[in-house]
Amino acid sequence: MSDQTFRISAGEALTAEKITEAGEKPTEAVANYALRLGDDALILAQRLGWWIARAPELEEDVALGNIALDQLGHARSFLSYAALAWDKTEDDLAYFRYEPEFVNLQLVEQPNGDFAATIARQFIISHFQFELYRRLVDSTDATLAAIAAKAVKEVDYHRDHATQWVLRLALGTEESRRRMIAGLGVMWPYVDEMFRDDDLVESLGDAAVRPSSLREDFDTVTGAVLAEAELEVPEGFVARGGGREGIHTEFFGPMLAEMQVLARAHPEATW
Amino acid sequence: MMAANASLESEARPKPTEGEGVHVWNLAATVLDPEVPVLTIEDLGVLRSAEVVDGRAVVTITPTYSGCPAMDVMREDVLTVLHDAGYEDAEVRLVLAPAWTTDWMSEAGKAKLEKFGIAPPSGHAAMAGRAGGPVRVAMSVKCPQCGSLDTTESSRFGSTACKALYTCNACHEPFDFFKVI
Repeated sequence: MSDQTFRISAGEALTAEKITEAGEKPTEAVANYALRLGDDALILAQRLGWWIARAPELEEDVALGNIALDQLGHARSFLSYAALAWDKTEDDLAYFRYEPEFVNLQLVEQPNGDFAATIARQFIISHFQFELYRRLVDSTDATLAAIAAKAVKEVDYHRDHATQWVLRLALGTEESRRRMIAGLGVMWPYVDEMFRDDDLVESLGDAAVRPSSLREDFDTVTGAVLAEAELEVPEGFVARGGGREGIHTEFFGPMLAEMQVLARAHPEATW
Repeated sequence: MMAANASLESEARPKPTEGEGVHVWNLAATVLDPEVPVLTIEDLGVLRSAEVVDGRAVVTITPTYSGCPAMDVMREDVLTVLHDAGYEDAEVRLVLAPAWTTDWMSEAGKAKLEKFGIAPPSGHAAMAGRAGGPVRVAMSVKCPQCGSLDTTESSRFGSTACKALYTCNACHEPFDFFKVI
């Protein structure tokens, strides 16, 4: 294969050349932006995959597994594209970077907690990704636009799933409502970070989507669901954030170790 | 309406009209979806182009879902078919745009799905997040076993990324629905 010379890990990974029809390299800035979105999706997929065989019912094993699979697909597209700028592969980026080199939002690395906490995280991230991708389809970068056009349709199902569960848990039993409120309380401090603009986004102009521009729609849509669920929008503690600069919470390291151990213990392994 | 259907058909199956590409297309079009083995990749609208460039057969496919693991198998199967037909030098490329939609599934494909026991996608895909376009509405899904419209969604996610789980309230059989996207 043409990319064999710069691969660290072998295997039938999707190559960057297959993502972009012309095989055009992204600029450094676009690559760094794609890395952010790819890391969000990758880390979320890794967290969600844990639920397979552990969810409260078989249908949820399947649902969370499917959502994880979609997210992994988005991650592969974004990371393959980013990797092209640095003559690397998606696997190099996923398995051979260290903790401070990951630029995902801190929300997605938060522990699964109980099912309600995972649903709270899903509720926040899927509405955020939906608002983001539906704007990114108009990106001046054709590859980012293509990935977003595909992803937005899938994330639409994810936000439906999360919304239905928020309603069901909040309006269900006393115990399910207590857990839903607790889950939102744990996850909501990480909302603020998602909407912060920075120099990278500013420098990209219409190739990227300004996170701050998503806040109003996010608040409106999630607010309406929470109101229907007779829940308050959690207030108070706001996490410091910093995921986009490689600052992570204490939960990230152990998760990353588990995600990377096989590739690092057996470089070049195939199956 | 007829014109719209013809244009959708050419968008769904952009088959070359002349040259060796036609032969390559017809070969690739025999490959079946490994997860739903009654549908060809042509029925699905996954097959996007076929051509011969300097003696090399080049076929383009598009994923149904971003993470669909069947794509690797489809790619291998296309290569096998081409090799068996004498194309020693062949390549399968993956493109993301335009994004795949169930609107591209052929009428013949939908009929085959139903016969296989999977309810085919009904209605048209909404333009997610776009104003002014079609919106997703919940439509009755017909039971592929008994034909009843009295069915319930048990889970929006099924045995593969592209399917949802349903139960028929009339015959009480569970079934898969190829969901609209």
